[in-house]
Amino acid sequence: MSVAALDQLWVYLSGNPLLSLLATLLAFMVAVRINRALGGTPLLHPVTLSIAILIGFLLLVDMDYATYFEGAQFIHFLLGPATVALAIPLYDHRERVRRLLGPLLLACIAGIVTAVASTIGLAMLFGVRPETLLSLAPRSVTSPIAMGIAEQIGGIPSLAAGLVLLTGSIGCALGPGIFRLLRITDPAVQGFTMGLSAHGFGTAHSFARLGAVAGAFSGLSMGLTGLLTAFLLPLITRLLGLN
Amino acid sequence: MPLIMGMSMLLACQMLGELVTRGLSMPVPGPVLGMVILLVALILRGKVPSSLRVTGEGLLRYLTLLFVPAGVGLMVHGALIGADLLPIAVTLVASTALTLGVTAWVLSRLQRRRRHDKGREGAA
Repeated sequence: MSVAALDQLWVYLSGNPLLSLLATLLAFMVAVRINRALGGTPLLHPVTLSIAILIGFLLLVDMDYATYFEGAQFIHFLLGPATVALAIPLYDHRERVRRLLGPLLLACIAGIVTAVASTIGLAMLFGVRPETLLSLAPRSVTSPIAMGIAEQIGGIPSLAAGLVLLTGSIGCALGPGIFRLLRITDPAVQGFTMGLSAHGFGTAHSFARLGAVAGAFSGLSMGLTGLLTAFLLPLITRLLGLN
Repeated sequence: MPLIMGMSMLLACQMLGELVTRGLSMPVPGPVLGMVILLVALILRGKVPSSLRVTGEGLLRYLTLLFVPAGVGLMVHGALIGADLLPIAVTLVASTALTLGVTAWVLSRLQRRRRHDKGREGAA
């Protein structure tokens, strides 16, 4: 045992996927514990908290994001099959979805128009620079779709992905308060709204907090919003003469 | 081997979705189309195989964790976000609140009206 050996151990560890994988899981566990200790407040969502913990950790040990992601990609990869798995709760609640199809479509279009119009309007009002504005526009859509849209309309794809994640955590923080204000208790309406405004974050939140019905509707609205926005947004930005 | 079978079904649907979206250069990500493919398959089959349910519901229970690695990527954009920090923050919070409110309000109004109509027909 010597100090030099410890040094070499660190070189080995920081170049190995093991460390970032374990750090991600531990950070998530700690974040869930902290959130529970605070009475499950939506203002400090476990995901937001774990992201903050991990960014702090990476800065502290001076590891760059690319190195971290080499290990964490194994967790990231599971997002694909998890998205596919959303078909299961959707199938379970297919009757209710079919009965509500008309209202769901209308609410979806109303939500998308509100999201895009208020985002572009506010950002223009504040004089946000154009490439940031165009990366903000698709912010309420799940990140892989948002990145594609941002690229198409002239934004920065990776910045769009970051803004999407911020939107997701803000949506989870604001959602419960707004439902209380509007006296909305139906889990289907809550889930659909969360999925539309906060995409995957909202869906995950719905499954974890509001139950399977909310989760199913949230997954549905996430997919629907992504599809519709991909077609609508390029038209809207062209109409506004932004690109 | 329920976990292996379930995972294979999910990955097969994702791969199919990935191939079709890439082949036709659709603006939709592969997994989302994969979800549609699996839904159609489940409707055709009429039930969810238990192996698929075990795997799928296990994944969905930890959906929040799966977003963490991508979220840490925010650290890369610190400078760009920092340059417009206040406008971005205000825009995000205000517009997200507005979107939540409008969507929830529209959907609950439409749903309530439909329930009323059904009630009048006496079919509710």
